[in-house]
Amino acid sequence: MSAPSGDAAPARFRPGDRVVVRRAYPPGHVRTPWYIRGHEGVIAQALGAFPNPEELAYARSGLPAQPLYRVRFQQRAVWPGYAGRPQDTLDIEIYQHWLEPAPVAAR
Amino acid sequence: MSAGPHDHEHGHDHPHPTRPDADENLGYYQVMEIALRELLIEKGVVTAAELRQAVEAMDSRSPAQGAKIVARAWTEPDFKRRLMADGTAAVRDFGIDMGTTRLFVVENTPQVHNLVVCTLCSCYPRMVLGLPPDWYKSRNYRSRAVREPRAVLKEFGTEIADNIELRVHDSTADMRYLVLPRRPPGTDGWSAERLTDLVTRDAMIGVALAKEPAAQG
Repeated sequence: MSAPSGDAAPARFRPGDRVVVRRAYPPGHVRTPWYIRGHEGVIAQALGAFPNPEELAYARSGLPAQPLYRVRFQQRAVWPGYAGRPQDTLDIEIYQHWLEPAPVAAR
Repeated sequence: MSAGPHDHEHGHDHPHPTRPDADENLGYYQVMEIALRELLIEKGVVTAAELRQAVEAMDSRSPAQGAKIVARAWTEPDFKRRLMADGTAAVRDFGIDMGTTRLFVVENTPQVHNLVVCTLCSCYPRMVLGLPPDWYKSRNYRSRAVREPRAVLKEFGTEIADNIELRVHDSTADMRYLVLPRRPPGTDGWSAERLTDLVTRDAMIGVALAKEPAAQG
Protein backbone atom coordinates (compact mmCIF):
# COMPACT_ATOMS: atom_id res chain seq x y z
CA MET A 1 0.00 0.00 0.00
CA SER A 2 1.18 3.52 -0.63
CA ALA A 3 2.40 5.63 2.22
CA PRO A 4 0.29 8.44 3.69
CA SER A 5 0.46 11.43 1.40
CA GLY A 6 2.24 13.49 4.07
CA ASP A 7 5.25 11.20 3.78
CA ALA A 8 5.31 11.17 0.00
CA ALA A 9 7.26 13.33 -2.40
CA PRO A 10 4.89 15.36 -4.59
CA ALA A 11 4.27 13.91 -8.04
CA ARG A 12 6.12 15.77 -10.81
CA PHE A 13 4.70 13.93 -13.80
CA ARG A 14 1.35 13.09 -15.33
CA PRO A 15 0.26 10.55 -17.92
CA GLY A 16 1.42 11.63 -21.35
CA ASP A 17 4.49 13.51 -20.08
CA ARG A 18 7.74 12.71 -21.89
CA VAL A 19 10.53 11.74 -19.52
CA VAL A 20 14.15 10.61 -19.66
CA VAL A 21 15.57 8.00 -17.31
CA ARG A 22 18.60 9.33 -15.46
CA ARG A 23 21.91 7.97 -16.66
CA ALA A 24 23.29 7.21 -13.21
CA TYR A 25 25.03 4.14 -11.85
CA PRO A 26 24.81 4.12 -8.05
CA PRO A 27 25.51 0.89 -6.17
CA GLY A 28 22.83 -0.81 -4.09
CA HIS A 29 19.34 -2.23 -4.46
CA VAL A 30 18.40 -0.22 -7.54
CA ARG A 31 15.17 -1.13 -9.33
CA THR A 32 15.88 0.77 -12.54
CA PRO A 33 17.32 -1.62 -15.16
CA TRP A 34 20.66 -0.59 -16.65
CA TYR A 35 19.46 -1.03 -20.21
CA ILE A 36 16.83 1.69 -19.89
CA ARG A 37 19.00 4.42 -18.36
CA GLY A 38 19.32 7.41 -20.64
CA HIS A 39 16.27 6.44 -22.69
CA GLU A 40 13.19 8.54 -23.32
CA GLY A 41 9.67 7.31 -22.63
CA VAL A 42 6.17 8.50 -21.90
CA ILE A 43 4.34 8.29 -18.58
CA ALA A 44 1.63 5.69 -19.14
CA GLN A 45 0.23 5.73 -15.64
CA ALA A 46 0.90 7.16 -12.18
CA LEU A 47 0.69 4.41 -9.57
CA GLY A 48 0.89 6.41 -6.34
CA ALA A 49 3.82 6.67 -3.96
CA PHE A 50 5.79 3.78 -2.49
CA PRO A 51 8.59 3.70 0.08
CA ASN A 52 11.89 3.89 -1.79
CA PRO A 53 13.25 0.33 -2.15
CA GLU A 54 16.81 1.65 -2.42
CA GLU A 55 16.40 2.81 1.19
CA LEU A 56 14.25 -0.08 2.44
CA ALA A 57 17.00 -2.52 1.41
CA TYR A 58 19.21 -1.00 4.09
CA ALA A 59 16.53 -1.08 6.79
CA ARG A 60 15.81 2.63 6.48
CA SER A 61 12.27 4.01 6.33
CA GLY A 62 12.15 4.63 2.58
CA LEU A 63 10.38 7.91 3.33
CA PRO A 64 9.43 10.20 1.82
CA ALA A 65 7.73 7.67 -0.43
CA GLN A 66 8.58 8.08 -4.10
CA PRO A 67 5.88 8.38 -6.74
CA LEU A 68 6.04 5.35 -9.01
CA TYR A 69 5.12 5.45 -12.69
CA ARG A 70 4.60 2.97 -15.47
CA VAL A 71 6.74 4.41 -18.24
CA ARG A 72 6.26 3.27 -21.83
CA PHE A 73 9.19 3.01 -24.22
CA GLN A 74 9.31 2.28 -27.94
CA GLN A 75 11.28 -0.93 -28.43
CA ARG A 76 12.80 0.39 -31.66
CA ALA A 77 14.30 3.32 -29.77
CA VAL A 78 15.63 1.18 -26.91
CA TRP A 79 17.42 -1.55 -28.84
CA PRO A 80 19.62 -0.96 -31.88
CA GLY A 81 18.46 -3.25 -34.66
CA TYR A 82 15.29 -4.33 -32.83
CA ALA A 83 13.93 -7.19 -34.91
CA GLY A 84 10.28 -7.04 -33.83
CA ARG A 85 7.57 -4.76 -35.15
CA PRO A 86 7.76 -0.95 -35.10
CA GLN A 87 4.72 -0.67 -32.81
CA ASP A 88 6.18 -2.90 -30.06
CA THR A 89 6.51 -1.32 -26.63
CA LEU A 90 8.10 -1.88 -23.26
CA ASP A 91 6.49 -0.82 -19.97
CA ILE A 92 8.67 -0.42 -16.87
CA GLU A 93 7.85 0.80 -13.38
CA ILE A 94 10.23 3.59 -12.51
CA TYR A 95 10.43 5.71 -9.37
CA GLN A 96 10.23 9.46 -9.78
CA HIS A 97 13.76 10.19 -8.56
CA TRP A 98 15.04 8.31 -11.63
CA LEU A 99 13.10 10.50 -14.07
CA GLU A 100 13.71 13.91 -15.59
CA PRO A 101 11.48 15.84 -17.98
CA ALA A 102 12.49 15.11 -21.58
CA PRO A 103 14.20 18.05 -23.26
CA VAL A 104 11.99 19.89 -25.74
CA ALA A 105 12.92 18.60 -29.17
CA ALA A 106 14.87 21.12 -31.25
CA ARG A 107 13.00 22.19 -34.38
CA MET B 1 11.91 -52.62 -0.72
CA SER B 2 8.56 -51.94 -2.23
CA ALA B 3 7.67 -52.62 -5.82
CA GLY B 4 8.55 -49.70 -8.05
CA PRO B 5 10.39 -48.72 -11.17
CA HIS B 6 13.36 -50.82 -10.04
CA ASP B 7 11.40 -53.96 -9.35
CA HIS B 8 12.80 -55.63 -12.44
CA GLU B 9 15.56 -58.05 -13.33
CA HIS B 10 19.03 -56.56 -12.84
CA GLY B 11 21.05 -58.92 -14.96
CA HIS B 12 22.59 -55.99 -16.81
CA ASP B 13 25.44 -53.82 -15.62
CA HIS B 14 24.73 -50.38 -17.03
CA PRO B 15 25.42 -47.61 -14.54
CA HIS B 16 22.36 -46.08 -12.97
CA PRO B 17 22.72 -42.31 -12.75
CA THR B 18 22.27 -41.05 -9.24
CA ARG B 19 21.62 -37.59 -7.90
CA PRO B 20 23.67 -36.55 -4.90
CA ASP B 21 21.72 -35.80 -1.75
CA ALA B 22 20.60 -32.20 -1.86
CA ASP B 23 22.13 -31.41 1.52
CA GLU B 24 25.70 -32.12 0.45
CA ASN B 25 28.13 -29.35 -0.44
CA LEU B 26 26.12 -26.37 0.69
CA GLY B 27 26.81 -23.22 -1.28
CA TYR B 28 27.57 -19.85 0.22
CA TYR B 29 23.98 -18.58 0.03
CA GLN B 30 22.55 -21.82 1.40
CA VAL B 31 24.82 -21.54 4.43
CA MET B 32 23.84 -17.89 4.84
CA GLU B 33 20.15 -18.79 4.64
CA ILE B 34 20.50 -21.45 7.32
CA ALA B 35 22.51 -19.14 9.56
CA LEU B 36 19.97 -16.34 9.21
CA ARG B 37 17.02 -18.68 9.73
CA GLU B 38 18.56 -20.14 12.89
CA LEU B 39 19.31 -16.68 14.24
CA LEU B 40 15.76 -15.47 13.62
CA ILE B 41 14.40 -18.49 15.44
CA GLU B 42 16.87 -18.22 18.34
CA LYS B 43 16.06 -14.52 18.78
CA GLY B 44 12.35 -15.29 18.79
CA VAL B 45 11.58 -13.21 15.67
CA VAL B 46 9.84 -16.15 14.00
CA THR B 47 9.22 -19.73 15.00
CA ALA B 48 10.16 -22.82 13.04
CA ALA B 49 6.45 -23.64 12.75
CA GLU B 50 5.70 -20.22 11.22
CA LEU B 51 8.42 -20.70 8.64
CA ARG B 52 7.13 -24.16 7.82
CA GLN B 53 3.60 -22.79 7.46
CA ALA B 54 4.81 -20.04 5.12
CA VAL B 55 6.54 -22.59 2.89
CA GLU B 56 3.46 -24.81 2.98
CA ALA B 57 1.19 -21.90 2.05
CA MET B 58 3.44 -20.93 -0.85
CA ASP B 59 3.53 -24.49 -2.13
CA SER B 60 -0.29 -24.63 -1.99
CA ARG B 61 -0.67 -21.73 -4.44
CA SER B 62 -0.92 -22.74 -8.07
CA PRO B 63 -1.93 -21.44 -11.50
CA ALA B 64 -5.39 -22.96 -10.86
CA GLN B 65 -6.10 -19.89 -8.70
CA GLY B 66 -5.23 -17.58 -11.57
CA ALA B 67 -7.33 -19.61 -14.00
CA LYS B 68 -10.41 -19.09 -11.83
CA ILE B 69 -9.79 -15.35 -11.76
CA VAL B 70 -9.41 -15.19 -15.55
CA ALA B 71 -12.48 -17.35 -16.20
CA ARG B 72 -14.58 -15.15 -13.92
CA ALA B 73 -13.32 -12.03 -15.70
CA TRP B 74 -14.35 -13.61 -19.02
CA THR B 75 -17.87 -14.31 -17.77
CA GLU B 76 -18.63 -11.39 -15.43
CA PRO B 77 -18.08 -7.94 -16.95
CA ASP B 78 -18.48 -6.28 -13.59
CA PHE B 79 -15.77 -8.43 -12.01
CA LYS B 80 -13.51 -7.74 -14.98
CA ARG B 81 -13.95 -4.00 -14.50
CA ARG B 82 -12.98 -4.33 -10.84
CA LEU B 83 -10.03 -6.58 -11.70
CA MET B 84 -8.65 -4.15 -14.26
CA ALA B 85 -9.17 -1.13 -12.01
CA ASP B 86 -7.68 -2.64 -8.84
CA GLY B 87 -6.44 -6.20 -9.14
CA THR B 88 -5.28 -6.30 -5.53
CA ALA B 89 -8.78 -5.60 -4.23
CA ALA B 90 -10.58 -7.80 -6.76
CA VAL B 91 -8.63 -10.98 -5.97
CA ARG B 92 -9.57 -10.72 -2.30
CA ASP B 93 -12.82 -12.29 -3.55
CA PHE B 94 -10.71 -15.43 -3.97
CA GLY B 95 -9.10 -15.12 -0.55
CA ILE B 96 -5.83 -13.90 -2.08
CA ASP B 97 -3.81 -11.38 -0.09
CA MET B 98 -1.13 -9.70 -2.23
CA GLY B 99 0.87 -8.78 0.86
CA THR B 100 3.16 -5.82 0.29
CA THR B 101 2.83 -5.96 -3.50
CA ARG B 102 -0.03 -4.96 -5.81
CA LEU B 103 -1.62 -6.99 -8.54
CA PHE B 104 -1.72 -5.27 -11.92
CA VAL B 105 -3.73 -7.02 -14.60
CA VAL B 106 -2.92 -6.38 -18.26
CA GLU B 107 -5.46 -7.41 -20.85
CA ASN B 108 -4.73 -8.94 -24.21
CA THR B 109 -6.87 -7.43 -26.95
CA PRO B 110 -7.05 -7.68 -30.74
CA GLN B 111 -4.52 -4.80 -30.75
CA VAL B 112 -2.12 -5.64 -27.90
CA HIS B 113 -0.44 -8.79 -26.60
CA ASN B 114 1.21 -8.56 -23.18
CA LEU B 115 4.28 -10.43 -21.96
CA VAL B 116 5.70 -10.36 -18.43
CA VAL B 117 9.33 -10.63 -17.40
CA CYS B 118 11.46 -9.51 -14.47
CA THR B 119 14.89 -8.63 -15.82
CA LEU B 120 16.30 -7.72 -12.41
CA CYS B 121 15.37 -10.86 -10.48
CA SER B 122 12.26 -13.03 -10.57
CA CYS B 123 9.27 -10.87 -9.54
CA TYR B 124 6.19 -12.93 -10.25
CA PRO B 125 2.59 -12.88 -8.98
CA ARG B 126 3.35 -15.69 -6.53
CA MET B 127 0.35 -14.99 -4.34
CA VAL B 128 -1.84 -15.74 -7.37
CA LEU B 129 0.12 -18.30 -9.42
CA GLY B 130 2.46 -19.88 -6.87
CA LEU B 131 6.16 -20.28 -7.58
CA PRO B 132 7.41 -19.29 -11.03
CA PRO B 133 8.65 -21.89 -13.51
CA ASP B 134 12.44 -22.31 -13.65
CA TRP B 135 12.71 -20.81 -17.13
CA TYR B 136 11.11 -17.59 -15.86
CA LYS B 137 14.09 -17.12 -13.56
CA SER B 138 16.70 -18.08 -16.16
CA ARG B 139 19.13 -15.48 -17.45
CA ASN B 140 18.20 -16.50 -20.98
CA TYR B 141 14.51 -15.61 -20.59
CA ARG B 142 15.14 -12.55 -18.46
CA SER B 143 17.54 -10.96 -20.92
CA ARG B 144 15.92 -12.01 -24.18
CA ALA B 145 12.24 -11.40 -23.33
CA VAL B 146 12.89 -7.65 -23.39
CA ARG B 147 15.43 -7.62 -26.22
CA GLU B 148 13.78 -10.00 -28.72
CA PRO B 149 10.35 -10.90 -27.35
CA ARG B 150 8.90 -12.10 -30.64
CA ALA B 151 11.76 -14.57 -31.09
CA VAL B 152 11.28 -15.83 -27.53
CA LEU B 153 7.54 -16.25 -28.07
CA LYS B 154 8.21 -18.20 -31.25
CA GLU B 155 10.32 -20.64 -29.22
CA PHE B 156 7.28 -21.13 -26.99
CA GLY B 157 5.25 -21.86 -30.13
CA THR B 158 3.44 -18.54 -29.96
CA GLU B 159 3.21 -16.36 -33.05
CA ILE B 160 1.98 -12.82 -32.58
CA ALA B 161 0.56 -11.30 -35.75
CA ASP B 162 2.58 -8.53 -37.36
CA ASN B 163 -0.17 -5.96 -36.85
CA ILE B 164 -0.43 -6.54 -33.09
CA GLU B 165 1.54 -4.43 -30.63
CA LEU B 166 3.68 -6.65 -28.42
CA ARG B 167 3.97 -4.97 -25.04
CA VAL B 168 6.58 -6.31 -22.64
CA HIS B 169 6.22 -5.53 -18.94
CA ASP B 170 9.49 -5.50 -17.04
CA SER B 171 8.35 -6.13 -13.48
CA THR B 172 10.85 -4.08 -11.51
CA ALA B 173 9.10 -2.69 -8.48
CA ASP B 174 5.89 -2.94 -6.48
CA MET B 175 3.49 -4.27 -9.14
CA ARG B 176 2.99 -7.93 -9.91
CA TYR B 177 1.65 -8.55 -13.40
CA LEU B 178 -1.01 -11.01 -14.48
CA VAL B 179 -1.97 -11.28 -18.14
CA LEU B 180 -5.67 -11.56 -18.87
CA PRO B 181 -5.61 -13.67 -22.04
CA ARG B 182 -8.21 -13.32 -24.79
CA ARG B 183 -11.16 -15.63 -24.45
CA PRO B 184 -10.84 -18.31 -27.13
CA PRO B 185 -13.43 -18.45 -29.91
CA GLY B 186 -16.00 -21.20 -29.79
CA THR B 187 -16.63 -20.88 -26.05
CA ASP B 188 -19.90 -18.92 -26.12
CA GLY B 189 -22.17 -19.94 -23.31
CA TRP B 190 -19.47 -21.80 -21.41
CA SER B 191 -19.53 -21.60 -17.64
CA ALA B 192 -16.63 -20.05 -15.76
CA GLU B 193 -15.81 -23.47 -14.36
CA ARG B 194 -15.52 -25.00 -17.82
CA LEU B 195 -13.48 -22.06 -19.13
CA THR B 196 -10.97 -22.54 -16.31
CA ASP B 197 -9.52 -25.55 -18.14
CA LEU B 198 -8.46 -23.32 -21.04
CA VAL B 199 -6.38 -20.96 -18.90
CA THR B 200 -2.79 -22.08 -18.42
CA ARG B 201 0.04 -20.63 -16.37
CA ASP B 202 1.94 -19.72 -19.53
CA ALA B 203 -1.07 -17.82 -20.90
CA MET B 204 -1.13 -15.73 -17.71
CA ILE B 205 2.58 -14.88 -18.15
CA GLY B 206 1.94 -14.09 -21.81
CA VAL B 207 4.23 -16.66 -23.44
CA ALA B 208 1.17 -18.50 -24.74
CA LEU B 209 -2.48 -17.93 -25.61
CA ALA B 210 -5.38 -19.55 -23.81
CA LYS B 211 -6.11 -23.04 -25.12
CA GLU B 212 -8.74 -23.42 -27.80
CA PRO B 213 -11.64 -25.80 -27.11
CA ALA B 214 -10.53 -28.23 -29.84
CA ALA B 215 -7.16 -28.64 -28.18
CA GLN B 216 -8.81 -29.97 -25.06
CA GLY B 217 -9.01 -33.54 -26.24
